[in-house]
Amino acid sequence: MTITTPPPTAPPHHIKAVTRPGDRIFAGMSRGSGVLLLVVVAAIAIFLTVRAVSAISEDHGNFLTTFEWNASLNPPVFGVAVLAYGTIVSSIIAMVIAVPIAIGIALFITHYAPRSLGEPIAYVIDLLAAVPSIIYGLWGALFLVPHLHGLNLWLDTYFGWTVIFAKQDPNSSARSLFTVGILLAIMILPIITNVSREVIRQVPKMHEEAAIALGATRWEVIRLSVLPFARSGIISASMLGLGRALGETMAVATVLSASPQLSAHLLDPVGGTFSQNIVAKFGEADEFGRDALIASGLVLFVITLLVNGAARVIIQRRKEYSGANA
Amino acid sequence: MKLQRKSGLRVLTVGAVAITGALVLTACGSDDNSNSSSPGTSAGQPSSSASNASAISCEKGQILASGSSAQQNAIESWVKNYQQACPGATINYKTSSSGEGVVDFNQGTDAFAGSDSPLKDTEVASSKKVCAGGEGISIPMVGGPIAIGYNLPGVDSLVLDAPTLAKIFNSQITSWNDPAIKALNADATLPTTKIQTVHRQDESGTTDNLTKYLKGAAPSAWPYEHAKAWAGKGGQAAAKSSGVAALVKQTEGSIGYFELSYATAESIKTVKIDTGASAPVEATSADASAGIASAKVVGTGSDLSLDLGAAYTTKAANAYPIVLVTYEIACDKGNKPGTLPLTKSFLNYISSEDGQSQLTAAGYAPLPAEIATKVRSTVAALS
Repeated sequence: MTITTPPPTAPPHHIKAVTRPGDRIFAGMSRGSGVLLLVVVAAIAIFLTVRAVSAISEDHGNFLTTFEWNASLNPPVFGVAVLAYGTIVSSIIAMVIAVPIAIGIALFITHYAPRSLGEPIAYVIDLLAAVPSIIYGLWGALFLVPHLHGLNLWLDTYFGWTVIFAKQDPNSSARSLFTVGILLAIMILPIITNVSREVIRQVPKMHEEAAIALGATRWEVIRLSVLPFARSGIISASMLGLGRALGETMAVATVLSASPQLSAHLLDPVGGTFSQNIVAKFGEADEFGRDALIASGLVLFVITLLVNGAARVIIQRRKEYSGANA
Repeated sequence: MKLQRKSGLRVLTVGAVAITGALVLTACGSDDNSNSSSPGTSAGQPSSSASNASAISCEKGQILASGSSAQQNAIESWVKNYQQACPGATINYKTSSSGEGVVDFNQGTDAFAGSDSPLKDTEVASSKKVCAGGEGISIPMVGGPIAIGYNLPGVDSLVLDAPTLAKIFNSQITSWNDPAIKALNADATLPTTKIQTVHRQDESGTTDNLTKYLKGAAPSAWPYEHAKAWAGKGGQAAAKSSGVAALVKQTEGSIGYFELSYATAESIKTVKIDTGASAPVEATSADASAGIASAKVVGTGSDLSLDLGAAYTTKAANAYPIVLVTYEIACDKGNKPGTLPLTKSFLNYISSEDGQSQLTAAGYAPLPAEIATKVRSTVAALS
């Protein structure tokens, strides 16, 4: 069952409004802001590309398939295979954990919880967003890693047959992509929850009341009128979260035991991400090493653009629900 | 959507940002260890004594310097002493990393820079732009031992040699009761625990110097070239020396490497190295100085780049072979006239007997006499 609203038709006579200097100034300023944003993004892209190209041309390994990152060697050999894999895998783990929970919390606050309970919960979730990432990193390294060891062993014992949960060395610590994924999930929860909650709040009451009038239960109301209407907004919210997960630096650098190995076993303490690698290598890098790191940043930039582009396409296809116009 | 931060959290955030910044910016090979919270640590600042004034011929002015965090504690105490003795002099050493120090120097913003490794040829070439008629030279100034720390309850003394160490760090020896380790430690009761090696995940001069040693002293057991990035197989990675030390402290059966001050601060036991001398050598300041004594000066002209190759294979009694040296980078000729007098005066002081004697208290090693003499004459000739 879908609910469509007819597209608004333009009024037949276009009435010209009076314009005064203030209008022109304001229009110019807002146009300027829009153009400025485009200029800034273009400038970033040009800067990344120029610096990256000079580094990649000197690379003696294949930039896309090399595992290790030794820009200071002579000749330099560096590549983003491990970094791209680690970034994407840890973000996927984070999304798989965070998105369902975030939607659940948002629905609970808006539809199930009494006001007296919903408000405090919303506030606590907001607080999660205010915790700086280095604190998440320290908490992850000092608390989460030792406490996940048992879960890792359990996963290895009972789900080892899935390959991804097989641990090559059961004694090695839990400083793995899996742990990073869990940590990122906690970090991106507030942003997804908040935006989803606001979007769900905007579902027209009429829709819900209509569904109730037709005899729908609360679950059916959510399924038939709330979620379809809020879908594009929830996708946008998830994309905001994903953007944060892809670019997270300090928390990953503190928790992950980074090494240039590509492992399908998520519980092994190996791997790396773009941002973690930049933070680890930047300090000792010479000019060339920095250009190489900027090249890896460019790859992350491209990945982020692709992800956002895909999200836009999904949202465009569902344009008829213009909730929280994403 | 409201994402309001409460003001109390803002303070926390600012603090965390500061910490993050510090973490990012001090991404140097060897970190300092200035937060010596535990009593009895030697990582604190050496105390200054009023008698230092004698070694200092004061100059006025203000200079900027930046670079290696390996020598941060040493530089800080030297700067404190110098500025106490000379009101009107300001020496601002920005601790970042060797790489960044060299970049700053070659952009002309530094009077001198600190680095864990001597200038490369390409860096010397680009230094000619800032040194009018001269070039950048590397002056060794601060030595120090790299300690191999281990965590093995019940084993209070552990002896290893270079090939065994290389095999351990390359995951070829995986258990503590391996015959190779047993052979070196006849008296110890070694457990069957699996060895967990810990290395740096950030690029670092400490890693560079350790792998130089492994390559130099056990070329057959360490198949990799020395590099600032870790190349060995297996093991866990941690950020910074402090991270490696913390992980070794936490993990039973682990072994890692860091500057001596970290071992002292965290009270981690250190490995004695069997160099072929009459007795295994412990990681101490004095032993490191003795190790550096066998280094050769390979720099030409006034450049005093050291080749530590001979130190790695030394068999001299009480000479600790795993050492690093940090250099001060300055122009041999063509230093900026505005900064030259103060730079020279400060470098004169830190290379003097007085200045070098400050080092031991902070876990560093003073330069051996022969090299120190060359350093003093080089500094005196800066123009």
